[in-house]
Order: sequence, then structure tokens, then C-alpha cells
Amino acid sequence: MKIGLFIPCYVDQFYPQVGIATLELLEKLGCQVEYPTGQTCCGQPMANTGCERDAKASYQHFVRLFHPYDYVVAPSGSCTYHVRKHYDIIEQTGEVQKVREKTLDLSEFLLDVLKVKALDSLFPHRVGLHQSCHGLRGLRLGTGSERVLEQQSKLHTLLRMAKGIELVELGRPDECCGFGGTFAINETAISVKMGKGRIADHESQGVEVITAGDMSCLMHLEGIIRRQKKKIKVKHIAEILNGTTI
Amino acid sequence: MKEHAQKAAEFIRNESRADWHDEALWFVRAKRDKASHSIPEWEQLRELASRIKDNVLAGLDGYLEQFEANALRNGVHVHWAADAEDHNRIVYGILQKHGVERIVKSKSMLTEECRLNEYLIENGIEVVDTDLGERIIQLKEEPPSHIVMPAIHLKKEEVGELFHQKLHTEKGATGPQYLAEAARQHLRQKFLSAQAAITGVNFAIAETGGVVVCTNEGNADMGVHLAPVQIHCMGIEKILPKAEHLGVFTRLLARSATGQPITIYTSHYHRPREGGEMHIVIVDNGRTTQLGRADFRNSLKCIRCGACMNTCPIYRRSGGHSYGYTIPGPIGSILTPGIDLKKYSGLPFASTLCGSCSDVCPVKINIHEQLYRWRQIIAEQGHLPPAKRQSMKWAARVLARPVWYNLAGKMARWALKWLPRPLLYNRFNEWGKDRELPEPPKQSFKEWYPRKQA
Amino acid sequence: MSKDKILAAIRKNKPTEVPLPEPPSFPGRESSPVEAFASMVEAGGGKAVRAAGPEELNTTIKRLFPKAEKVASPLPEVRPTIELDHLSSPAELETIDVAVIRGQLGVAENGAIWTTEEDCGHRVLPFITQHLVIVLNPGKIVDNMHQAYEHIQIDATGFGLFIAGPSKTADIEQSLVIGAQGARSMTVILKE
Repeated sequence: MKIGLFIPCYVDQFYPQVGIATLELLEKLGCQVEYPTGQTCCGQPMANTGCERDAKASYQHFVRLFHPYDYVVAPSGSCTYHVRKHYDIIEQTGEVQKVREKTLDLSEFLLDVLKVKALDSLFPHRVGLHQSCHGLRGLRLGTGSERVLEQQSKLHTLLRMAKGIELVELGRPDECCGFGGTFAINETAISVKMGKGRIADHESQGVEVITAGDMSCLMHLEGIIRRQKKKIKVKHIAEILNGTTI
Repeated sequence: MKEHAQKAAEFIRNESRADWHDEALWFVRAKRDKASHSIPEWEQLRELASRIKDNVLAGLDGYLEQFEANALRNGVHVHWAADAEDHNRIVYGILQKHGVERIVKSKSMLTEECRLNEYLIENGIEVVDTDLGERIIQLKEEPPSHIVMPAIHLKKEEVGELFHQKLHTEKGATGPQYLAEAARQHLRQKFLSAQAAITGVNFAIAETGGVVVCTNEGNADMGVHLAPVQIHCMGIEKILPKAEHLGVFTRLLARSATGQPITIYTSHYHRPREGGEMHIVIVDNGRTTQLGRADFRNSLKCIRCGACMNTCPIYRRSGGHSYGYTIPGPIGSILTPGIDLKKYSGLPFASTLCGSCSDVCPVKINIHEQLYRWRQIIAEQGHLPPAKRQSMKWAARVLARPVWYNLAGKMARWALKWLPRPLLYNRFNEWGKDRELPEPPKQSFKEWYPRKQA
Repeated sequence: MSKDKILAAIRKNKPTEVPLPEPPSFPGRESSPVEAFASMVEAGGGKAVRAAGPEELNTTIKRLFPKAEKVASPLPEVRPTIELDHLSSPAELETIDVAVIRGQLGVAENGAIWTTEEDCGHRVLPFITQHLVIVLNPGKIVDNMHQAYEHIQIDATGFGLFIAGPSKTADIEQSLVIGAQGARSMTVILKE
């Protein structure tokens, strides 16, 4: 089984440690992982701004690079969702269909494909999980609080495998953080207000580390945390699962 | 029209008030959660409701004809209105025929949409909205900020002051009980003297030709049963095929709207009372156009419960008035572009596409997916701000070319590391207004990777 | 003609036909629908009491509303203090303290009661009265709204409705106020 690692553009540029944690974690679990170095971006920034036609070249490029792999794994629910959901506007060749089907968020790959039951990770901290929206409601990585279905959450399942971790319950378990791609700069006031609300919820539960399946949410929250000189930290779930310490 | 972002920023400037608004609506969302989670078959009901509406939309012409035939058989006058003007003219015509000077109204988003009140008032008719929230904003001369709780944006102190001025309540009195009692006394007089009553319609039943109206206050019925003439205004999409379908929809509506198991009054009107007259006005006003838009016709399933507003993190923090349309929030943002694409081109962007709206929707409208689709159309038709359009063109070029991408990334990290703060944080940097930019790492993942392989 | 225009536009724009789903019957979950019904009535701000026979019905009304001057009812077993036929104008109806009407059917899941104009005497009665009393046979309580609509015929009369409590509003700062434009209280008297 050959795995193509997709590292979202902003993670590549600003949070390489998340990519490293993802790669190390997969290799520790015995996976044969390749990182195609020609990769750029899934195209979501343009598409969410209404310019999906401009993004077609990125889509084609993505498919060209990743179609030879059995699975494409990304430490991002949002980019994964974009590939699976919105690559419907390019011609649906066998390669495109294969890539759309086989692109998985890290948590899906760990639980649904590798079926991991335990991880070698120690994280003795009070942690709040931010449920990134595209992972939660797009990929259905968990049961959103809106839905009357059996409660499950892939990210919670994985986090509970870290020894010593203390997962808190939030007042609003899955409210959006306010990032939303270009929304963050088009509607700055609301975006920041939403972020502050999320941080306050985590703080009120005595959280030391906010984690999430998407670094984009955490980039936004961290930006506010650093501006306000707060103590709370952010870590991508891959870092915690890989045994990164703070 | 002022952009949503600007109005939202103004709304948030009073931060404690924005928090209060957010909490008030979150409270309703929480009640909705509790009510829906008490029904194990909830998701099944949503699916059923959605599929019943699918069937209705596909057979709407036949159902409307069936509805009309049955209503006529019941002794009801049925009118058809192609647009808002038509609708207003029809209603006014009925009132004129009866020499009506004073009417009472219960809540109807359709008549808000058609601006019926303004029209009738201009023609010299006294129009009294009788839902408490509607009456409050009518006295305050404001549009509703929410479709179920029209005055949710107002504090009791403001209502107290308003009532003091208009209804002569005690100065400084702000108790909701006291204020609601004052409104009750005031409205009872209006009910007793009204010559006609107008209501909206929650459901219209094709097989029986009757309409169903849901209220908590009892104001629709106080109006309808006291006035000699009753008029019910409905959009064409309000049809349900059979009475049994009300079982599905009445279970969903109030639980979604306010977290109640059912509204206090669920009134079924089929025939005028003895000596009375009953009219139904069936209105299109753009709905048939929306029906023709395959990606968006789903929005016609809406039963106006307001759940998408209560759950929307943007609506809660920007208020209904920031949307600039009768129906605000997520559902408003997918209805408005179909009405005037240019004017409302900002609204589909007033969302993070978090998807919560679609998941609370009792008829499973894929609201956030429609927002995404509207964005594409807005960009294609050239309604994006030029700077945004250009930046996307450039981003697309860079992101499709690994060499450009690598270079751009390197430059960004270099800038973050070396540029003096004022060059990074200035009025052009929206991100940096209230947020720090990411700290630049020594190298990108891509730069690290080959070294690791070696 | 607007009608033809609208219908033509629908025919042009409507999607392809899809079948009408058959709602399955959702069984009730309550072991005692009557108990569940009573507790839902209370939760909705109403009151539920029992009366064994016509005599107890009247004493219960008297006990619940000792000061009521005008008690009106279309029900033969209720002893009114004022005849409904004597109240013709809306202004007169507005002076009624207590109205006693019949409920045909109760719904356990939400405490709603189906009643029609034939049970009310006058359509506006359940709304315009200050206090509302509904007499309901506890044997006529169903589990949920699906069953309710199976049992009733909504167009059997010109007007029928479900009532689930006293009139209420939360339009001022989400504060619950009982007694908006309709009745200030609702009492269900369960009597076989």
C-alpha cells in the first residue's frame, strides 16, 4: 500500500512541524509514505471565493500528482473535503474519481484503513478539541451537535489513545471558530469575534492546549491568542498523536 | 447597500451587546437541540419532510389547482398574485370592497416581503401588527430582525421606553410581564374594532383546500374570528398534499423554531364562519423563477422556522438587520441572490460555510452548499469586488505552478521574518488588525523533506 | 391572468416528478400516554386535573375559579353563569372570565388538544376568554401527531385547532410571559 502525503499549502509554509508529525506518525505505523514534492494546494481558497473555474488547474495538478497512490492522506479535514466534494467540476476521468475516493483525512485513514487501536503517545495535558467544521459536517468525522444520531467522534477516539490526556467538554462543542478561508479577511470583525468566543470557551474549561484536525482554524485562533498574549497553546492533532511534547 | 461586513463590524462595536444577542439566540438553539433530541426518529422526520417537499415542488401546479378547487368548494375566495404589487392590489381590493379602514395582522413573512403594510398605510388603512414582537418593531418603525422573533435585537429597556412613548406605560418600567400586559390591553382593543384580519400561512392542504396557521400568542385567531373578513396570504410553496403530512411538519416546526413540542395554537381554517368572508391569496413573487434553478429550488422547501438563524455564528454576531433583507441569516443569503444578484452579492460570503444551518434545517435544505454555488455565480457574472477577483486570478496562477508556489512561499516567510512590523501590520493587512500573522518557520515542510530522505 | 401565468411558469420550471413518501407509523414510547399527556400539558404552562363525573366537573371549575363571574360553555353538562347565546358582540365576549369547551383528542407527545368550532360554540371563545378550560376524555389520548391526524378530519368543520396551553410570548428578551393575546390560563379536565 503506497500512500501519497498531501501537506496543505499553508501547513507546508508556516507549520512544517504538523507535516513532519503526520509523516512520522504514519511511518511509525508501518506505512510506506511518499511526499510528491511538486504539490501546491487543493484549490480551495479560489473556489470558496467563487472562483472555482480558476482553481481547475490546481485540481488537475493535484490529480496528476496523486493518482498513482493507493491513498492520499492529508492532515486536514477541510482540504480533504474539498477534493472529495468539489472536484466534480473537472472531467471525471478514472484518475479523478480514484483520487476523490481515496483522499482521506488523517483521522479517517488511521481509524478506517489502518484500524489503529492504540498509539504510542503521552500527552498529560488538559486539552480542548476544536471540531473543525469541514471535517465534522463535511466529512462527518463526528456527530455534530445538531444531529439526532448516535454520538461518535473520530478525533475524540484518537485523542483518547494519548496517555495522560484530559479531554474537556466545551460549552459549545462544535461551533465554528470563524476562520472560513477568505472570510477571515473579508469579515474580519465577525471572524475575530467568533475566534474570541471559541478561545473563551476553552479557557473557561481550564484548557492548556487547543487541538483540531485543521491547522487553518488553529492558525486563526493562535493569531488571536498571540495578539492578546494569552497562555493557551494550539497543537494540531497529528502532533499530539505523534507524541510531540509542549 | 452597505456591505454585510461593514454592518456586522458596527454591530460588534458594542461588544457586550453583541454577546448578549449571541447568547439569546444560542439559548434558542440549545432549546431546539433538547427538543429535537427527545425525538429518536428526528432525522427520519427531516428526511420525510424533505422528500414530501420534493414531491410538492415537482407537482406544484397540480397541487395548487387541487387546493384551489377544494377551497372554492369550501366557499373560500381564491386569488392569484404574480408579484408583490399584484398581491398588495388584491388585498387592498378586498378591503375596499368591504369599506375596511382598520385591519389587524398576524405574522407573515410574505406580506413583509411584499411590503403590504406600507402599501395599505399609504392608501389610508390603519394596519396593526398583533404579534407582540411585530407590534414592537412596527411601533419602532423598524423591519424585523428575525423571522420568528422579530424584536430579538431589542432590550427590554428599549421596549419599555418605546411603550412609554406609544402606549403610555410607566416611565422606566421594563418588566416583560408588565410590558406584555400593556400590549395585551392595547391589542385587545384593536382586535375588537378591526374590520378585517390578515394572516400568513404555515401550511396549505391540497386535499382539503384549507390553510394552517401556527402561533403562540393566539393573535391570528383573535383577529380572524372577530373581524368579518379574513384574508390568508401564502406563497405557492406552502402546499402540502394531504392532512396526514401535517403530522410530520407540526412535529418539526416548533421544535426547530423555539424548542417547543408544538406551538400553542395550530389553527386549521377551512370555511368562513357564518356571515363572514374568507379569502386566500396565492403568491408567486419570484418563486417560480427559483423553482427553475436546479441548484437552488431546494430553498423553496423552507418552512420559516428560523433555526438556521439561531445556529448561525455569523447571524448571532451581526444581527438580522445586517443582511438588509426581510429574511436574514443563512436562508436569506440563499434567497436574496435569486432576487437581485448584484445588490445581494455580498450575502453568500457572509458565511464560513460551517454547515450548521444545513444540519439544523428541518427540511434538509443544503444551505451551505447553495451559498457555495451562489459564490461561483456571483464571481462568474462579475460581481466580485475587482481586487478580490484579481487576487484570486493570481493565486490560481501561483498555486497551479510548483516553482511559483515555492518562491511565493519563501518570499512570504522571508517577509514575515525580516520586514519591520509597520510594513507587515498596516491598514492593508486585514488579518493583522486583531490577529498576529503566523511565526515563520526556518524552513517549509517541502524544504525539510529531501534532507530527511537523505 | 396571474393564475395561468403562475401555473405555466411552474410547468416550465418544475423538476421531474418524485414519488410522495408514505410516512411510516411511529409508535408511541410512553407506557402511559395519559400521564405523559398530563406532564406535557404542565410543561406547556397548562394544568391537568381529573374529574369523575358531571358533578365533580362543575365543582372543579368552581374550585379553580372561585371568583369568576362569567363562566360560559356550550357543553350541556357544564353549569354556566352566563348563556353563550346572550353574548353576541365581540365586546361582550371579551368580558368572559372562564370558557369551558370540549376537547376531542389529546396528544401525549406535546400536550396538544384537538377541538373544533362545534366544541367551542363560538370560534373566538377559546382565545378571547380570560381563562380556558377544556374537558377531555382520557380515553381519547393518542401518542403523537401522526396518530392524531389519523383520528381527526381537519375539514369536518370550518375551523378546528390544536391547543397546547395558555397563550404565551417570549418576544421581549426571550422572557416567557403567559397570557399574551389569548387565554391567560388553560386547564384540562380529564373526565371519562
